[in-house]
Amino acid sequence: MEQIHFYHALKVVDEVCIGCTHCMNVCPTAAIRVKNGTANINKNACVDCGECLKACPVNAIIVEQDDFTQIFNYKQRVALLPTVLLGQFPDDVSEVQIYNEIKDLGFTHVYEVDGAVDVLIDSTKKFMHKHHQERPFISSFCPAIVRLIQVKFPALVDNIIQLKPVIDISAQFYRKKLQDKGYAQNEIGIFYVTPCAAKIAAVKSPVGEEKSLIDGVINMDFIYNKVLLSIKNSKKETKKYPENIHMSRRSIGWTLTTGEASRYSGRCLAIDEIHNVIEVLEKLENEEITDVDFLELRACDHSCAGGVLATENRFLAIERLRKRAAWYHRNKPMIMPEREIDLYKTYLQENIGISKVEPRSILSLDSDMMVAMKKMKKINRIMKVLPGIDCGACGAPRCQALAEDVVQGKAKMTQCVFLQKMLTKEGLISPQESFDISEDTWGKSRFEKKNLNDH
Amino acid sequence: MEFKFEIEGGNFSKAGSASSEVKKILKQLNVNPKIIKRTVVSLYEAEVNVVAHAFEGNMNVDIDTDKIVVKIEDRGPGIPDIDQAMQEGYSTATPQVREMGFGAGMGLPNIKRNSDQMNITSKVDVGTELEIINYFG
Repeated sequence: MEQIHFYHALKVVDEVCIGCTHCMNVCPTAAIRVKNGTANINKNACVDCGECLKACPVNAIIVEQDDFTQIFNYKQRVALLPTVLLGQFPDDVSEVQIYNEIKDLGFTHVYEVDGAVDVLIDSTKKFMHKHHQERPFISSFCPAIVRLIQVKFPALVDNIIQLKPVIDISAQFYRKKLQDKGYAQNEIGIFYVTPCAAKIAAVKSPVGEEKSLIDGVINMDFIYNKVLLSIKNSKKETKKYPENIHMSRRSIGWTLTTGEASRYSGRCLAIDEIHNVIEVLEKLENEEITDVDFLELRACDHSCAGGVLATENRFLAIERLRKRAAWYHRNKPMIMPEREIDLYKTYLQENIGISKVEPRSILSLDSDMMVAMKKMKKINRIMKVLPGIDCGACGAPRCQALAEDVVQGKAKMTQCVFLQKMLTKEGLISPQESFDISEDTWGKSRFEKKNLNDH
Repeated sequence: MEFKFEIEGGNFSKAGSASSEVKKILKQLNVNPKIIKRTVVSLYEAEVNVVAHAFEGNMNVDIDTDKIVVKIEDRGPGIPDIDQAMQEGYSTATPQVREMGFGAGMGLPNIKRNSDQMNITSKVDVGTELEIINYFG
């Protein structure tokens, strides 16, 4: 089989993981198994949605980020912000302060990526018009969803709009702008502050693009803590909103649910939270849903406000962002000054395309159909002896998953605790053998003698 | 490989579950996604037809390395004029069924479009037998 390595930002810290199966049970692509007492993520199946991180009771799953000091390898250091970052801070913190503090951390430029939405909206309209036979169109906005479609819904990859998301458009804009000012390519460092793990994976191993336009990624909670700490320690009073920036309602609402769907004509649906998305994609694949023009699909509940690296409660963050949008709308300048990005519009739109998203199904049992059929028959036989209660005690999320793992040579049937008991009773395996198998799955420490009186 | 699924007449909330199961199987067997899509679309239409018109039915699926043969049999009113039913827009669905978004009269034509072979026989007041064959190659 072809060996491709996918970068994933989600990592299990083995020393912290207690192998409790919470993550395994919530993973929408069944990518997690417990082995030797810790969770293991299958890199081919993981879509970086972050459900595992949200479910982990001991914070053993982390989002790996780039070393912050690497920004200083560049003369020009651009911080690209998601607008949801501005919704994270308490009401008494001003936007001017946030911008200033991010610059104080070492950035020379700060730009909110959603400032580029108009470029994308315009190109998306043209794209949908030109390829109208590919309806319904699926937005390429959420990298977790693009990956989900690749691995679970290979028939739908052609429906994904082949345009860059705003993060990449903004990166391209800033790079070009600084180059035009005379800076060399290697003097410019562009860093994205991410609200989720999927966007990190999208930067490290992009889909549809050869190389990412972004040099590094910084976690949003990291920036949040740094900025808030500095603000708390300085008593500088500033105005709540900056004077020289105008953010449209379109821009501020972009990463929230309906941000995209509300911008296009025809029948547009906005769906958030990955299980909801899976349900809709199933229906779409069966053509149970037809006559839809545009689908905005996001992996997190309440879209990016619900990102795993968001610190504020998502409902409060959304409320703040809506207020922010309303303020900018009320204080819109009478004559809109031309924005810098508009000067680059033609350039950006010429470079906005991405290549076709390739399917990489995780569902097929074998590339050879004959072999796949044999394996399926074997799985069906195994399923007849498994208890079918999906207890997870074998280290796989469901009986079906164990049966598949057995057929693929990744697990043994005896990992099933029910089978172990039956085999022990019939004298086919010794109690010691049965014990050893459980130790392999759950780790030795889980079976150490514990004295009830100690507690 | 053979699989059998029951279809319950009148239960629209479950319409599509048999086709979804077949879809899962075809995905596991590494069938070309475009052929899976055609097959599932035709099976879904057929399944909805049984739910909308018949009392009960079943879907018998036979998968080989080169093709999938699906027989959908139902016990129901049957189709008096198959040629007429094959015309786009022709429907005998009740207003209630149409309200649920079904019964646009695209069922049989859509099945034909999405299958390599389609055979249909029907006896009035007995039931309908539909055979759909799609080749993987």
